[in-house]
Amino acid sequence: MIEGYAVPDFISDFWHYYIAAFTVAGILFSLWLLWSQSVVKPLAPGEQAEVMHPTWDGDLQELNNPLPRWWMWMFYLLIVFGIVYLVIYPGMGKFEGASGWSSAKAWQEEKTRVDAEFDKVFQPFAGKDLTVVAKDPTANKMGEHLFLTYCSQCHGSSGQGATGFPNLTDNKWLFGGTPDDVKASIANGRVAEMPGGLAGDVQGAKEVANYVLSLGGKQHDTALAAVGKAKYAACAGCHGEDGKGIAAAGFPNLTDDAWQYGGSEDEITKSIVKGRKGGMPAQLELLGENKVHLLAAYVWGLGGGQKPILVAPAAPDVAPADATAPAQ
Amino acid sequence: MEATYNYKVVRQFAIMTIVWGIVGMLVGVILATQLIWPTLTEALGPLAPYLSYGRIRPLHTNAVIFAFGGSALFATSLYIVQRTCQARLLSDGLASFVFWGWQLVILLAALSLPMGFTTGKEYAELEWPIDLLIAVVWIAYAVLFFGTIIKRKTQHIYVANWFFGAYIVTITILHVVNSAELPVTLTKSYSAYAGVQDAMVQWWYGHNAVGFFLTTAFLGMMYYFIPKQAGRPIFSYRLSIVHFWALNFIYMWAGPHHLLYTALPDWAQSLGMVFSLMLIAPSWGGMMNGIMTLSGAWHKLRTDPILKFLITAMSFYGMSTFEGPMMSVKTVNALSHYTEWNIAHVHSGAMGWVAMISIGSLYHLIPRLFGREEMYSIKLINTHFWMSTIGVVLYIAAMWIAGVAQGLMWRATNSDGTLTYSFAQSVNAMYPFYTIRLIGGVLFFAGMLLMAYNVWKTIAAGKAVNDARIPEAVAA
Repeated sequence: MIEGYAVPDFISDFWHYYIAAFTVAGILFSLWLLWSQSVVKPLAPGEQAEVMHPTWDGDLQELNNPLPRWWMWMFYLLIVFGIVYLVIYPGMGKFEGASGWSSAKAWQEEKTRVDAEFDKVFQPFAGKDLTVVAKDPTANKMGEHLFLTYCSQCHGSSGQGATGFPNLTDNKWLFGGTPDDVKASIANGRVAEMPGGLAGDVQGAKEVANYVLSLGGKQHDTALAAVGKAKYAACAGCHGEDGKGIAAAGFPNLTDDAWQYGGSEDEITKSIVKGRKGGMPAQLELLGENKVHLLAAYVWGLGGGQKPILVAPAAPDVAPADATAPAQ
Repeated sequence: MEATYNYKVVRQFAIMTIVWGIVGMLVGVILATQLIWPTLTEALGPLAPYLSYGRIRPLHTNAVIFAFGGSALFATSLYIVQRTCQARLLSDGLASFVFWGWQLVILLAALSLPMGFTTGKEYAELEWPIDLLIAVVWIAYAVLFFGTIIKRKTQHIYVANWFFGAYIVTITILHVVNSAELPVTLTKSYSAYAGVQDAMVQWWYGHNAVGFFLTTAFLGMMYYFIPKQAGRPIFSYRLSIVHFWALNFIYMWAGPHHLLYTALPDWAQSLGMVFSLMLIAPSWGGMMNGIMTLSGAWHKLRTDPILKFLITAMSFYGMSTFEGPMMSVKTVNALSHYTEWNIAHVHSGAMGWVAMISIGSLYHLIPRLFGREEMYSIKLINTHFWMSTIGVVLYIAAMWIAGVAQGLMWRATNSDGTLTYSFAQSVNAMYPFYTIRLIGGVLFFAGMLLMAYNVWKTIAAGKAVNDARIPEAVAA
């Protein structure tokens, strides 16, 4: 936006005057037009309107009735309304309007007011232990509302995920399932990218896929798996020699049944060939601390939550040792 | 030749109005069905993509507006301009060119839209080669129309022709400016404008297409067929002057009301709203002139179903042109925008006003083009009238309720500020209303089939008139 210009689209005053001039001229023209045709007296009772002279196509004629009064006054009033509105609100070029209203200001004011109002609702749970919040019915209800509004588009309304979007109700976590891990995932987001093409061509990928299936003890082609074993070396750096991944770093376990992109030979092959560009967007800036806190408690409580890791000796206010997620 | 009117082109367009009306409304019925059963057309296998909702939705709008509405306007404007100027069309060759050119445009649209070629601009979806063809045909039409006005024998230009003239000039400007685009291949182009400017140009076009194609031009139709059918003079010459010029001046500004609460600058949004509100008066001026023309002949409404069509159309016109300005008030728009309420509004205009005034006019026109006193069956016209009226009312009432329900569901919040309903829940709530809408639409469509039958029987019993003599004397 250029300083001093109410309308950022234009970089010279010409267009402001152009717009204002046409607006004013349009309104004045309508006023004049109306006035010029409304100076005629209404018909007296019983008086007939004059018949205009030309006749077209045999019998087409026009009467010259005066403008219906109610219609004429309605038009005048609408024009007056238009003028008043354009004095109060922006409309005529760069003139900002007498009220100083702008949509950006109106939005900001409303947001500030609404944020303050709802923060009061969230406040009682702010900073409270997540395992405690998860068991509070009020917090749980709000968490569900928030989840349905912000999370369900990817993770599904019941949190069971979909292809490409993790299930949040099982006990399989890519980035850890403790309350703090879950909150960190929501607040700061996660990057979960896997490079493609590390196993060579499609045939190579297929061999590695079979080896991966064999690691989890699943049905596979032993001949292909045997060839794939050597090529798996390229994968072991992240997923480990045994395929169990490194949970702390977000590298998935390949031996369980939690396949984010599908666990068939074809789907695994596709993941290896093309790679995957997974990720969870950070929510803290958008939602604010209070909402993220409630969401973390709700998600942790969906059924897959793991016990918090107690780093310090148990203090009286820390969650009890049996603080596993409530069963769904 | 010069002593007779050119009825051939009028006849061609009149017949095609009915054909395209049936096609366009059939596509509408398919779309309404798809909204209830979204997987309906998937059964067609490899053909399914060509009938997917996103592709045939623009086919429906283009077919009813430009094929059905357009043909009706060509037929009536070319008839009226001759009759009220007491002159044959400027050129028979040009008239044929306009007819075949426009049919080619429609054919290309009917092929290219289901194939997925689109500019993505609403009501201007056709790609650049078709845009060029439209421009050529349209300019030929302008030459034909204004050329006939110039060679008129009457001294004054009849009011219907003012409205047709305004429509022809404005549509030329709108089409050329909004279709400015950079071709990449034969079937792909990019708009000459970017970002919010592109949106603004598009809705300047879009709303004035409604204003001049679907309003001004059909008012021209009204100004001829209502006084003719009622046998009464136009109510007020003075009113026609005021509402004609005010309509032209004020309509031009109303486009931004399609972009309220968007990135469009505040000043443009304000102007759009203010001018849309002022538009009530000139719009109602047209309605009054139509309806009041009947004063002294109200009894004819009881017996003449053609007049019923014409006057009901004026009522729907008055209602839509009040509703539109209300919807452009920002606070109302906050509820109505993006909901089915828009669909209700558009269809009370398209079915109630545009289609009904066209149908009434055609019932007046067709017997005269085929040398008959009147249509084959007046009873069937009456049946058609009731089918159409009940169809429109079911349609728009369902969509009003659906739209308001949708708007309220979308804005409902819980005590913690979150949304009460997910989008899918609001979609789910639409099923009963979609069903009522389909019933209304089918009724309206079936009425068109009835009309086709009635027209067929009329034509079969008649003979194309090619010797309608132009009166020598000019009435004073």
